[in-house]
Amino acid sequence: MFPQVDTQAVLAITLAALVTYSLRLGGLLLSARFPRTGRFRQGMDALPGSLLFALVIPSIVAEGAWGVVAAGLTAVVMLRTRNTLLAMVLGMAVIFAARRLTP
Amino acid sequence: MKADFYRGASANVPIAASVAAYGSVLGMLAAQKGLSWLDLLLMNSAVFAGSAQFVMVDMWSKHLPVIEMAFAVLVINLRYLLVGASLGPLFSGRSLLCKVFLMHLVADENWAVTMTEQRKGTASVWFLFGGGVMVFLCWCSGTLAGLMGGGLVSHPEYYALDFAFTAIFTALAVGLFQGKKDIPPWLAAGALALIAHHFLPGKWYIVIGGVGGAITAMLAAPKTPASKEGEHVPAS
Repeated sequence: MFPQVDTQAVLAITLAALVTYSLRLGGLLLSARFPRTGRFRQGMDALPGSLLFALVIPSIVAEGAWGVVAAGLTAVVMLRTRNTLLAMVLGMAVIFAARRLTP
Repeated sequence: MKADFYRGASANVPIAASVAAYGSVLGMLAAQKGLSWLDLLLMNSAVFAGSAQFVMVDMWSKHLPVIEMAFAVLVINLRYLLVGASLGPLFSGRSLLCKVFLMHLVADENWAVTMTEQRKGTASVWFLFGGGVMVFLCWCSGTLAGLMGGGLVSHPEYYALDFAFTAIFTALAVGLFQGKKDIPPWLAAGALALIAHHFLPGKWYIVIGGVGGAITAMLAAPKTPASKEGEHVPAS
């Protein structure tokens, strides 16, 4: 019933988990030492958006012109409706259609 | 607290559904690499980071390259340092114990949903945690379904499911847009991410783009005289 987990798998998973958790908690604990006003604050306010934008931009560009159309539609729908699910589905629909149309 | 937990969980349902689809792909790969359901469940619970787990499964072999794996995970997950830092205001005034317990279930998805909610002023640590539990449950169901059943969907790219993540994070990024003042940081973040993605291996581009955007925002002249509260008030 229970599969065996070998030692090196436990070791690999534990190490990866420690690294990931330290980054999560470390970032939070460090943030308490950050200044709350001025330029630094401006940077921290812009960080979440910049980070997400940096995360998606290469995969948008990788889809070519249709990727830009899909992301643009997603952005417009999100701005107009604030409906994340609808924005996502319409963006995917563009890619789905583009892959059917362009062999 | 309880109400916020449920609110956070339900706010993450749409995104968690796509997490499950993505997870089923990981499950399929894991099956090919010979991971058992227990290996995968341990990894899901202990590491709980999608892209890092993909790389771990990819590197999985008879003799595990434990150190290389940990280093790869470090590079891929470096963004969590920034994610953690951005949660500072949400956690302010909370006990260390609360931070230690709640930070584990912070994934890109529930973090992004929480940051969007925070712009409306209605986020809390329990909202974040509720989302984390929802994402975790869907991640486990998806990965295990993929492992057991050879995948819920055999060709995810046929249904553009591989674009689901790009689309949802695009929507979430737009939800975080603060208006005109975000244009220069976003342009910098995008340009740096594309350059880094082209020239550097792995996931460096996320951190480089994010930090570049934040630095650009710091360089902009403060709109509100926030420096009044600081010590660097120029003598007039």
